[in-house]
Amino acid sequence: MSYLPYALAGWLFMIGLYGIVTSRHLVHLVVCLSVMQSSTYVFFLAVGYREGASAPIFKDYPLGKPAVDPVVQALTLTDIVVSVTVTALLLALVIEIWKRAGTVDPDELRQKQR
Amino acid sequence: MTALVPLLVAIPLIVAALLVAAAQRIHPLAANVTAAAVAATVTVLAVLLIFRTSHAPIDYWFGGWHPRHGIAIGIAFHVEPLGAGVAAATGALATAALLFSLEYFAEHVQPYFHALMLIFLAAMIGFSLSGDLFNMFVFFELMSIIGFGLTGYRIERRSVLQGALNFGVTNTIAAFLIMFGIGLLYGRTGALNLQQIGETLRHRQPDGLVVVAFTVLAVGFLVKAGAFPFHFWLSDAYAVAPIPVCVLFSGVMSDLGLHGLARVYWDAFSGTLGGHDEAVKGVLLVVGCLSALVGAGMAFLQASLKRMMAFVTIAHIGAGLIGIALLSARGLAGATVYMVADGLVRGALFLAVGVIMYGLGNPNELRVFGRGRGMPVAAIVLLVGAVTTAAVPPFGPFVGRTLISQSAPGIVTAVLVVSGALGAAALLRASARIFLGLGDRRDPLLVAPPTGEDEDEGEERPIGLGLLLRLPAILLLAAGLGLAFAPGLADRAVQHAAQVENAHAVALHTLRAAKPPPLPSLSQHVTTASVAYGVLSGVLALGLAAFGLYRRRLRLPGGRFAAPLLAGAKAVHDGVPGEYVAWLTFGAAAIGAALALLIR
Repeated sequence: MSYLPYALAGWLFMIGLYGIVTSRHLVHLVVCLSVMQSSTYVFFLAVGYREGASAPIFKDYPLGKPAVDPVVQALTLTDIVVSVTVTALLLALVIEIWKRAGTVDPDELRQKQR
Repeated sequence: MTALVPLLVAIPLIVAALLVAAAQRIHPLAANVTAAAVAATVTVLAVLLIFRTSHAPIDYWFGGWHPRHGIAIGIAFHVEPLGAGVAAATGALATAALLFSLEYFAEHVQPYFHALMLIFLAAMIGFSLSGDLFNMFVFFELMSIIGFGLTGYRIERRSVLQGALNFGVTNTIAAFLIMFGIGLLYGRTGALNLQQIGETLRHRQPDGLVVVAFTVLAVGFLVKAGAFPFHFWLSDAYAVAPIPVCVLFSGVMSDLGLHGLARVYWDAFSGTLGGHDEAVKGVLLVVGCLSALVGAGMAFLQASLKRMMAFVTIAHIGAGLIGIALLSARGLAGATVYMVADGLVRGALFLAVGVIMYGLGNPNELRVFGRGRGMPVAAIVLLVGAVTTAAVPPFGPFVGRTLISQSAPGIVTAVLVVSGALGAAALLRASARIFLGLGDRRDPLLVAPPTGEDEDEGEERPIGLGLLLRLPAILLLAAGLGLAFAPGLADRAVQHAAQVENAHAVALHTLRAAKPPPLPSLSQHVTTASVAYGVLSGVLALGLAAFGLYRRRLRLPGGRFAAPLLAGAKAVHDGVPGEYVAWLTFGAAAIGAALALLIR
């Protein structure tokens, strides 16, 4: 079992986090959130991976032949659905902020609020 | 009776779907009445479940996928009296909020709003009953996404949008952390059912993976609860959300974060972390005490009642977290009773703030100084509610806080007394200014909310009869106070908490249909000391409120030095999402490092 996918998941999580903390543009911030979420997909697929096993489609499948874990794939799918919803909702909020405030720089927004 | 369990979630979801489908054709008031009726039905069902589970927890397996040979494959709702109690409180608060919105919003919202409220209700109840870690995540996310939408419902205001965005970003990161926790536990145990996870982990020494999994799950739930230092999003979001939504946010959504933490700890981790309970206890107690103090301190600095209530919520979440952190039956029972009773009172307080906003157009104590003289009902609810939140005997929050402080170390009890008093003092000071016109008209130390935030709900309107504006607040307050007089409340709460904490027996009952864990006969007594703490809190609250009102006349020398300190505290709290996320990262790292060092 390789550690590479776990390292990749960790990297995606950290780079996304770094992007959010230093973000100067709300669209960039929302995209960084999606990058962070990608790390959970990689992580889940790595958890369910089995060496030499095939996809978990059990029609005409020989009994006893190993397959990768279908549960984590279902979890990943659910996670992707959640991600799409969150991204869409947050981007809609960003568009409204742009319409009202004329800027999407978090620091400028804070100064305008005063 | 078991078949009724899924209805608690199914009914609101189905009615919400129907409301959306018929949104163009149905009158908003009809939609509102329907939604309120559904919420009331759900409340009744949840109360029934409290009594039905009083001997043994009920497990409802979706699709009839019962566990075989002790292996759970299906997905379950695991209902025990404490979870059902939280669900009942959720239903009661939703009913009150929807009744209130009948007159508050009248025809100014579309049926989509009521549909969203019902989905929110379903998500919160599903979260409180779920016995499956991934289902908890799904309901957590559903709760969050609906929450972002409801916060930003009055989309025409910029401050509303930013509050919703901060809420969205921080809570989504919390959800990622929970996802990682689920993945780690699933990789280790091959299970998603909480009891199954607990049984698989039971006989192992906790290693790095278990500690990391517990840390990320705990932090995820603490972000939702709004504990320090994960609370920054909370004050922004609660300050801008419409009042009926705030009632649910403050009254129960924050408490659900704690409920999730307690459930995951006891069901899944108590077996393996049980030998290191001092470590878990220490770390969670520190977080709880800091939340209680920071929340109450910031509440005292707010001029806007809505923001003040947000910080009071944070302070009280800290008190609840202290109860859970004690890892004792009394602590858990106290935390649950406190969360339910205090949640109902907080709901009533938010509704009273709603009456002020409806009548005066603004919840800022300095802006509407002395103009609330014609609002006796709101005044009584706010004053009585504020005193009660200091846990003055003999009302509901007092029962909960007594159970907590009876098993807490002395210094923690002191934190509870001070934090309760400070939060209540802030509310008393604001009520005295608004309703009685007492004290100074100006107070430069108080935080003025960002421009535009206060005129959230429009201009002054004549209240008129306003029965539906006032009645829900009175009912919620009465429920929160009256809970103390439910016979044997404290005894039974402690018994059920002891049952929950007997995790191995609970798991055998769930997975192998073994006999339910016994209900130990524990009787609780209110000691003189606990009454004294309650009275002390109340007196301290009155004193601090008077100090807040007349501080400038005292001409204290300390003001010059306090001002920069307070300005710093304010500056940290009106940040941008990036800063909030930096705090979140820092808090998660600190909790993880502390647990890793202590559990070795």
